[in-house]
Amino acid sequence: MEHDFLDRYSRMSSPVHRLPASAKLVAALAIVVFLTWVPRGEWVWLQGAAVLLLAVTGLAGLPWGFVIRRLLFAELFVVGVAVMALLQPDGLRLFLFLVAKSTLCLLTMVLLANTTPFAELLRVLKAARVPALLVTTLSLMYRYMFVLLDESQRMRRARLSRTFTGRQARSWRARASVLGQLFIRSSERAERIYGAMCARGWR
Amino acid sequence: MHIPDGFLDVKTAVATGVLGAAGVGVALRQARQHLPPQRVPLLGLAAAFVFAAQMINFPVAGGTSGHLVGGVLVAALLGPSVSVIVIASVLIVQCLMFADGGLTALGANIFNMGIVGGVGGWAIFRLVSRAVGGMFGRVLAAAFAGWCSTVLASVACAGQLAVSRTVGWSVALPAMAGVHMLIGVGEGLITALVLVAVGRARPELVSPRAVTETSFRPLVVYGGLIALGIALFASPFASQWPDGLDRTAEALGFAEKARAPVVPAPVPDYAMPGIHGSALATAMAGAAGTVVVFGLAWVLARVLVPRRKPQ
Repeated sequence: MEHDFLDRYSRMSSPVHRLPASAKLVAALAIVVFLTWVPRGEWVWLQGAAVLLLAVTGLAGLPWGFVIRRLLFAELFVVGVAVMALLQPDGLRLFLFLVAKSTLCLLTMVLLANTTPFAELLRVLKAARVPALLVTTLSLMYRYMFVLLDESQRMRRARLSRTFTGRQARSWRARASVLGQLFIRSSERAERIYGAMCARGWR
Repeated sequence: MHIPDGFLDVKTAVATGVLGAAGVGVALRQARQHLPPQRVPLLGLAAAFVFAAQMINFPVAGGTSGHLVGGVLVAALLGPSVSVIVIASVLIVQCLMFADGGLTALGANIFNMGIVGGVGGWAIFRLVSRAVGGMFGRVLAAAFAGWCSTVLASVACAGQLAVSRTVGWSVALPAMAGVHMLIGVGEGLITALVLVAVGRARPELVSPRAVTETSFRPLVVYGGLIALGIALFASPFASQWPDGLDRTAEALGFAEKARAPVVPAPVPDYAMPGIHGSALATAMAGAAGTVVVFGLAWVLARVLVPRRKPQ
């Protein structure tokens, strides 16, 4: 499994990791809603939240480099939206405030995601009466997305080892046919999974 | 166009949360009633497929790259309700596992990409592929609908940013729509190419009979949700803040905004004051772009599906 790095830290052991998933989900939601509510220009609330979140990050024992990389990765989208604020009068202050606020929300979500295994979050959703069909879909998705990512990488490697890199238009068609194959394989796999689920007494 | 946390205010987050949840609720109900049990695992696998597909980058000029969003592709292959569930699942996993797209913006993202983009795009796909039959028609429809879904979703996104008073309507709309009119070309192209690739290997998967969902009622509900969204996110600008630039008045601040009703009622008798010079220019540019893209989609479909002699 090559893609485990996406989800590597959520199964560590620390005081934060050991907290119940429901508490963490509720706390993250509360923090994000609070940050969303903070009126424009009220920097002091953001500073408070930042201190709290940094303390939790330290307590959770997540590698700082990893957290910063995750933040920077998502920051692209934040800045992409926030940059529109620069086009208005007094834009710079608004821009900075939006980026700070959004980064803190991001840090909250990064902490939640990397201290809580996704399966436990699913259990919380199930307990919170999220419709069973949606929870089933989410769990199957979580189970198979790494498998499909691996599969798409294998197809890509197979293609690269057999062909020269063509022109741009060719490479688009090649990638699209990888996606088409991936879809077909997913739907065939879904049929096999249905058989396996029935054999194990599903429904 | 995943909206991160912090860009939507509380009232917009709540309103879009309700709209998104309602849309997913309708889709789940529809799937429970009409999806045969052996296709239930397909929901999860299709969601995993979209997730994996979004990781495959398509090179664009200048070292940048784009990827598929997939709403129209899934809707064309598996039906609009499946597409709503699939896109919602992808967004939920991206939000909870990778902090990609905000938690308070989850409803807005599901509404924009799943309902406006997915179902709206599917409606366009259906209309065009009905009007122009055959595989050619479906490829043309997929390319055009892929583009439309991206642009429509970005317009909805601009409306939510503006109603949150994060960015003025007059800045958000041209910026978001303009950028996504370019990004949408990639989405349309990939959607059409993948549809052709699937059709070449398994023609039965792209035949019109592949989509079993025929009921009309959920479409009315989706349409109603989209209309409600437009009423909430677009109409206040036609009446209250035609410019959106007065927003920086700090004195108004949050205190007043917080007391404002959660759902700003559209003024009943507004007389389209939003249509001034720049709005007209934006609309004209949008219309011209749509025509051009339809023409491009036609050419693309001709290239991918060469005309054959009737058998």
